[in-house]
Amino acid sequence: MQVELVSPEAVLFSGECSQVVTRTVDGDIAFLDNHAPFIGALDVGQTQLWAADGVVSLAINGGFVEVSSNAVTILSDDAMAAEDIDVQEAQADLQAADQALASDADDAEAALAKKWAETRIQVSGGN
Amino acid sequence: MAGGQERILRRRISSIDATKKITRAMELIAASRIVKAQGRVQAAKPYSEKVTDVIANLAGGGAGVDHPLLAQPGEINRVAYVVIAADRGLCGGYNNNVLRAVERSIDSDRAAGRDYALILSGKKAAGYFSFRGYEVHAAFEGFSDQPNYSDAKAMAESVAELFESGQAQQVQLAYTRFLSMGSQEVTVDQFMPLEASEIGADAAEESGVGGYEFEPEPSEILGRLLPRYAEARLYAALLEASASEHAARQRAMKAATDNAEDLKINLTRIMNRARQDAITTEIMEIVGGAEAMSQDDDGDLEDLIAQSIEGSFATLTTDRTDA
Repeated sequence: MQVELVSPEAVLFSGECSQVVTRTVDGDIAFLDNHAPFIGALDVGQTQLWAADGVVSLAINGGFVEVSSNAVTILSDDAMAAEDIDVQEAQADLQAADQALASDADDAEAALAKKWAETRIQVSGGN
Repeated sequence: MAGGQERILRRRISSIDATKKITRAMELIAASRIVKAQGRVQAAKPYSEKVTDVIANLAGGGAGVDHPLLAQPGEINRVAYVVIAADRGLCGGYNNNVLRAVERSIDSDRAAGRDYALILSGKKAAGYFSFRGYEVHAAFEGFSDQPNYSDAKAMAESVAELFESGQAQQVQLAYTRFLSMGSQEVTVDQFMPLEASEIGADAAEESGVGGYEFEPEPSEILGRLLPRYAEARLYAALLEASASEHAARQRAMKAATDNAEDLKINLTRIMNRARQDAITTEIMEIVGGAEAMSQDDDGDLEDLIAQSIEGSFATLTTDRTDA
């Protein structure tokens, strides 16, 4: 199936994939060829595309996915490919978020920042 | 004596030459940036098209079209203006055209008894309105050359807050549309509430795709998607405005370079005439002097003239190298 990953500034990925795994706000979901039409809101999480030349891993900070007539479109205004992730920056963000949470456990913004930092670290493969 | 005038002209010509080099450089920079800016406008299109598609499909799937960003106000008491101008000048009428259009629109709103709110992008916009005593709700600057999506996001957030809290019942977006290299046009469009017809939220029933599964509920997805749509629309406007800015700057700098060239040609002409006059005067003086000195002895006259002329030419040429 045809897969497109589109951010406001550029088309980040466009090509044939055999499988797509992503995470909607309700949980992980996988698409294979000829999936039924689907629209979902994406959570902060990892997305994997099984392209012809290997699996592409991306960290996605929220967005949308639409599946129709054997084409998957992922819209995200904040997506990073595994090789573009700065692990040290993510670690620093994680620490900052942890500190903010330690002083105020209900800080929703810090909780999101923590999730995004953890996702980046996980996707980049460094723990 | 007349050499003084020549020196002044020479100095002016060299300063004009220096200015011309600067305007020429700015012209070339602007020209290369237009192309880049146009590329960014194109690169932003797929996203907003896809967002529009998804909204249409959502509406077709039965999402209730009752998001705050879509709410049509009963009565309009205050209109917010999002104004996109440049951070820098030297771009002809680019800034003034947008700012005047907004000012006119505010005037007519006031005549109709409506208040205004200003959300500005670009130093020139902030300067213009604060100088004229307008109250500025929010001003953003530093990205008119090359706006990023995060800039659009920050602006859209401030606009949405103003609209959703009911402080303003309508939002107008004023920017310069990039039609082509040669023509840009100021537009003042409605930005919020979003028009259901414009984003395809009303026409989707017949689109025939239908049968979508949703995760989560369609209306919840729509609620997340509409702010993205507003951001994408603002981002597109910022990008088009930046392309227009570079085009306007290129035109203005081209005109300035041409003017400098004309001025240089005219001044060079005047300078040459002044130099010629100085030489002629000097020769006349020498001839006159020589004639007066040798009234009795005609034989030496021509020699004397020849000598004096050579001498004064030598001084003239050294004068020139001094200058």
